[in-house]
Amino acid sequence: MAYDKFEILTSTAVPLPIENVDTDQIIPARFLKATERKGFGDNLFRDWRYNSDDSPKQDFILNNPIYKGRILVGGKNFGSGSSREHAAWAIYDYGFRCVVSSFFADIFKGNSINVGLLPVQVTPAFLDKIFKAIEADPDTQLEVNLSEQKITLLATGESESFEINGYKKENLRNGYDDIDYLQSMKQEIVEFAAQSPY
Amino acid sequence: MSKTPSTLFDKVWDSHVVRHIADGPDVFFIDRHFIHEVTSPVAFLGLESRHLNVLYPERTFATADHNTPTINQDQPVKDPLSANQLKALETNSARYGISHWGLGNPKNGIVHVVGPENGITLPGMTIVCGDSHTSTHGAFGAIAFGIGTSEVEMVLSSQCIMQPKPKKMLIRVNGTLGKGVTPKDAILYIIAKLTAAGATGYFVEYAGDVFEQMSMEGRMTVCNMSIEMGARGGMIAPDQITFDYIKGKDKAPKGEAWDKALAYWKTLKTDEGSTFDVEHVFDAADIEPMITFGTNPGMGIGISQHIPVSHETGSGKASFEKSLNYMGFHEDDAMLGKKVDYVFIGSCTNGRIEDFRAFASIIKGRKKADHVTAWIVPGSHIVEQQIKDEGILDILTAAGFQLRQPGCSACLAMNDDKIPAGKYAVSTSNRNFEGRQGPGARTMLASPLVAAAAAVTGVVTDPRSLL
Ligand code: SF4
Repeated sequence: MAYDKFEILTSTAVPLPIENVDTDQIIPARFLKATERKGFGDNLFRDWRYNSDDSPKQDFILNNPIYKGRILVGGKNFGSGSSREHAAWAIYDYGFRCVVSSFFADIFKGNSINVGLLPVQVTPAFLDKIFKAIEADPDTQLEVNLSEQKITLLATGESESFEINGYKKENLRNGYDDIDYLQSMKQEIVEFAAQSPY
Repeated sequence: MSKTPSTLFDKVWDSHVVRHIADGPDVFFIDRHFIHEVTSPVAFLGLESRHLNVLYPERTFATADHNTPTINQDQPVKDPLSANQLKALETNSARYGISHWGLGNPKNGIVHVVGPENGITLPGMTIVCGDSHTSTHGAFGAIAFGIGTSEVEMVLSSQCIMQPKPKKMLIRVNGTLGKGVTPKDAILYIIAKLTAAGATGYFVEYAGDVFEQMSMEGRMTVCNMSIEMGARGGMIAPDQITFDYIKGKDKAPKGEAWDKALAYWKTLKTDEGSTFDVEHVFDAADIEPMITFGTNPGMGIGISQHIPVSHETGSGKASFEKSLNYMGFHEDDAMLGKKVDYVFIGSCTNGRIEDFRAFASIIKGRKKADHVTAWIVPGSHIVEQQIKDEGILDILTAAGFQLRQPGCSACLAMNDDKIPAGKYAVSTSNRNFEGRQGPGARTMLASPLVAAAAAVTGVVTDPRSLL
């Protein structure tokens, strides 16, 4: 699935200061029945966002118009639970390009990068700063610079660097993915498979 | 020449690296790939839009399980979306020449139950599936883990995925589990100790007396839940118990091939003197039957204990309170005696024959509590047949229970088996997340014995008092 190239993202952010946000909350299982990758953004955080009669829950952050932007900031251990890639699609399809947290579940992190959503892991202290800054001013701008691997609170200039491996970084910057890479080394794979005992 | 000692995990991982990318992941070869109806359709669409083929269709196995009904499986599936996904799995499998065990097929069942019971899962393999509980297969000394849909597409088109090598964790449990303490309790105990994120970034090897003495069914239960502490997967070195289980299974090697395989499998263990990034040691005597009180699998306690009082601050405290609120519980509540409305036994965690034997051992001679609704769902048709052959069905029927047909069922409630909002379920599955078993459902994870005790008494009960 092709996605947009990622270089520098400057945006306000939506805060979700809850820990252990699992993928069942991000996209409940009953929305996994599609056979196409369409419309997942509408059901992002479905049960936190809507009542059972489909009316919006006023106190949920995505229903609060003062918070918007292309960056989602979550609490520790974001994306735990089920391996459903739909969770990353839902966040991406909703309009986010980047998720910031002090800790990500492994599979979610991998899935995100694969679909063009950048997971940025910061220290707990910096995460706290971001939450406080947004709380004080919902229009707080964040800058995520992929080539420099740096996230900055623009108002104060405070910044932190984040990790991403060189291979994935190049993929995101060029908008291409692992499947492209694997296709380019097909011969090597076939030779490898020939000597596999299974 | 003396070789540097290496771990079981290193041996299997390193022998599957096709190419190592500097400052990047390994190109990792996959021996077996399982697919099911929910996470595969978009991967097949991807293949089509890129004009790619399935490279090795004989290495992929399809089974329908996640949203299949557990009653009247011979009739058309009513939910049109589910029917659509099931149809897509069938069509895609046929189109690319992948073996498909759909609804009604005698081999059909939950992917992580049918793989091992048909001899598809073997020691030393690498196994993936678009389902996080693929870690189950680690019980055979395989490296097995869940993948996302993009990765499903990668495996279909190239039999490889791109993976950085995880760090290594050893979890050792010494001693012997007490009466009424099952493999499920052992893993719930470990997760409670390590927390729901405590093994993130690691691949776990389980070692020590407890796992050495454990049946394959029990080992699968343990490895299954590795993911619930954040681990990529968990594995146990294959031994005689493993070999005896595999021997004679449908797709297991036979004759000369068996001897050759066995010789290789016997080398699959962690060498003396090898090191792990982290080691944890526990004592089996400290483990009692477990139950969860919150909304992640790390929130578990011994069944006779009280819900802990949180000493956390900030968002940790808020998350804890949110969790208890959802459950309708309070700090310091006793778990014993809490009312139970639903009991679910099944799933890839506890849907194997041994689990139903354990369940029946308590049910026998007792009656189902009137207000309890029980869903008893075998992991596969083979398990279903065993339940009938061993007389367990008679015990269930005499006690007022019904047996349903195989599938994931209330584990993730994608079919009609949804726990109603606000109701309490004791469930042998693996996740107690908010809404996992239906919107508003309140899940307490436990062993088949605890589930049986709840089913006959209608409240949370220590199974040891009924054994
Ligand atoms: S039983 Fe539950 S955890 Fe297991 S494969 Fe099915 S949905 Fe996944």
